[in-house]
Amino acid sequence: MIQFLVHEKGDSVGVATVDIKAGETAEGLFMDSQKKVKIKTNHNIPLGHKVALKAHAVDQGVIKYGHDIGRVVAKIQAGDHVHIHNLKTRRW
Amino acid sequence: MKDRKILAYRRKNGRVGIRNHVVILPLDDLSNSACEKVAFNIKGCMAIPHPYGRLQFGEDLELHFRTLIGTGANPNVAAVVVIGIEPEWTNRVVEGIAKTGKPAAGFSIERHGEIKTVEMASWKAKEYMHWASELKPEPCKLSEVWVSVKCGESDTTSGLASNPTVGNALEKLVGIGGTCSFGETTEITGAEMVCKKRAATPAIGKQFMAMFDRYAEVVDRNKTDDLSGSQPTKGNIAGGLTTIEEKAFGNLQKIGKTINYVGVLDKAVAPTGPGLWYMDTSSAAAEAVTLWAAAGFVAHFFPTGQGNVIGNAILPVIKLTANPRTAGDMSEHIDFDCSAILRGEMTLDQAGDKLLDMLVRTCEGRRTAQEVLGHVEFVLTRLYESA
Repeated sequence: MIQFLVHEKGDSVGVATVDIKAGETAEGLFMDSQKKVKIKTNHNIPLGHKVALKAHAVDQGVIKYGHDIGRVVAKIQAGDHVHIHNLKTRRW
Repeated sequence: MKDRKILAYRRKNGRVGIRNHVVILPLDDLSNSACEKVAFNIKGCMAIPHPYGRLQFGEDLELHFRTLIGTGANPNVAAVVVIGIEPEWTNRVVEGIAKTGKPAAGFSIERHGEIKTVEMASWKAKEYMHWASELKPEPCKLSEVWVSVKCGESDTTSGLASNPTVGNALEKLVGIGGTCSFGETTEITGAEMVCKKRAATPAIGKQFMAMFDRYAEVVDRNKTDDLSGSQPTKGNIAGGLTTIEEKAFGNLQKIGKTINYVGVLDKAVAPTGPGLWYMDTSSAAAEAVTLWAAAGFVAHFFPTGQGNVIGNAILPVIKLTANPRTAGDMSEHIDFDCSAILRGEMTLDQAGDKLLDMLVRTCEGRRTAQEVLGHVEFVLTRLYESA
């Protein structure tokens, strides 16, 4: 069963389409290529929340929709929950 | 997609409406009471109270008149009774609406008192109700139904599925010669360069950027913090959206991938031809939808993630969600559940078709969730303080 979706190739995060538990190896799908991808999660990822597909260093960008959606403010490992605790806007 | 035949109301000015309201329209806050009394007396007509209209001036006053006149002129409205405290501004609204050829009459409270005004206005409203109730829907084309789009209480499922569903439907509507509009200037923040490129010509893209920069300057001048407490909203954040950039790219999914906007519109201004139009609106749902209603749009697509309950007095709001939780626990607000996309059981193309089917059903009389629940929001946009 697909548990998360990735908008397009090159995105560094996927979006959970069901609640995913920490420690699960979750199955995802790239929406552009229909290619499958698996990631072992380090945290609970609630439906609609983002899971990191790769490691991000502080100040790097998180890529979604093929675009930079903000600045990493705390180190992110592959499989981590990505949200307001480790990602901030570059705008206001 | 081929154009589809629908049964709808063709107004004297040629525009097509999908509702047949008789509206009792207050010029100002002081006249709400009289309007509501008329609507109580005469069953079937609708008062649309609002809190403004006194001592406004300049551009803000022009927007007030444009919004009231546009609301009365909207093809979803058959006839209008306007009530104001004094006759001059009241008549300005009546004359603006009457240019469409539809029946409109004004009553002012000064020198009559409210009781006498309510009596006179009730007689006129009764006459209009009898007349409007005998108007018959006639064969029209789906492409004649102007559709606006705005999302609300978005989450990541909006960007994944419900917004792209709207985008798919808009591509099809524009493809058959339809007239559509999107806006929400502040919620394009972070994706404005991508939005600029979606203009049909570089000159139109420049006009969009000028509107975007103006709005960004207002936000900058008035903000007391970094705005991340308001944009994204608390509901957005609960749904998994983290930054305004992420929200903006999700937002832009509503205009699809293959169509370009052919012009930019100031608030409550009607488009001058078919195609997709950008309108400079606030991102607050009820305010924005009121502006599109005043610009002459007759149906609205509203994708939601966490579940927004918004409606409008005269513009039916068709809500869709891809969030299975919202489709479950807020189902009374949702007209179309497209959560099957997230399960891989429905394609965006199929979802776009189903949304258009819901639009046709709405045109032909199906009441939206918002209409049945009585969500008749009418929220005027103010530009600055009264004098």
